[in-house]
Amino acid sequence: MKHTLRFTFFVLLLVLAGLLANPVSAQDGQPPTDDDVNQVAKELYCPVCENVPLDVCATQACAQWRDLIRLKLSQGETESQIKQYFVENYGARVLNEPPREGLNWLAYLVPPVIILIGAGFLVRALRMMKKPVVAAPVKGPSVEAPADDYVARLEEEVKKQK
Amino acid sequence: MTETTETPARRGVPLWAQIVIWIGLLGLLLMVGVTLNKRQQGTVQPGDAIPDFTLPLFSGYEYAGKPEVKLSDFRGKVVVINFWASWCKPCEQEAAELQEAWALYEPTGQVIFLGADYVDTEPEARVYLQKYGITFPNGPDMGTRISQLFRIQGVPETYFVDKTGVLRYVQVGPFSSLGQIQAQIELLLAE
Repeated sequence: MKHTLRFTFFVLLLVLAGLLANPVSAQDGQPPTDDDVNQVAKELYCPVCENVPLDVCATQACAQWRDLIRLKLSQGETESQIKQYFVENYGARVLNEPPREGLNWLAYLVPPVIILIGAGFLVRALRMMKKPVVAAPVKGPSVEAPADDYVARLEEEVKKQK
Repeated sequence: MTETTETPARRGVPLWAQIVIWIGLLGLLLMVGVTLNKRQQGTVQPGDAIPDFTLPLFSGYEYAGKPEVKLSDFRGKVVVINFWASWCKPCEQEAAELQEAWALYEPTGQVIFLGADYVDTEPEARVYLQKYGITFPNGPDMGTRISQLFRIQGVPETYFVDKTGVLRYVQVGPFSSLGQIQAQIELLLAE
């Protein structure tokens, strides 16, 4: 019983790993569906139609690209292999995310750095707004205390007169 | 009563941080400026020397048995570089004329035509080449490197490079006749 459970768990784990490792697959003999094609296409951009993802682009060029994806899926190529083919043939700009290399790192690093710097300035400004004004005593003659012995004696005399 | 005064509570951003921030901002502005400037330049202009490039050729379209050609291989010849794509309708208007012109000048050995297939898929490109009976060397613009070199604005575009490797004429859009292609080539051959 224990062995059967373990075996079942192992099989389930393998199935899950297979699903996660290769979400787009047409190797089971079934022709790739439109969803299969679009899953790859939505992460690609044709240079002819800038800013329009390949899965929704209506031009002839994009239709041909989708047909090529379908052909490659039916030949058993994986999503990453197809993407690699498109990068080699049409350049890295077809990807929806620039590859993390060279100057492309700027696209990933600059926005968070700017946000951090901005947040730093904001926190600083808020702290300054909350901080009470620091007062420091200033050395000098106090109005409360008598200035000197003469004044003290004078005040004593006035009190006595009263 | 005690007399009080406010002490300065503000502390400035350290000088090194200010320098880093300003350098970063200026660097970003410079990059944006250079990119925008490049985009607004348009295609390469007549008079510009064309940097060397390599065009891989479709199988069946090899030149002198070679699977790829370099622009520098053709010094001393007039080079006509045509950017096209199978999905491009205006390209179809000039395809027959280009092939006709190639058939005229190929025997002279003084002119070479190169077809650079822009952002295209090979099966459809082959159908297109077959449909118009095109025989001059043709190949894919891998990674759109050549079209970026010429800063093409679309297809079709044709570039006439003289015997010394200098660009002399740019045709944006399709040719209207065989005569138009011949006129440009004859000008360059006469030099």
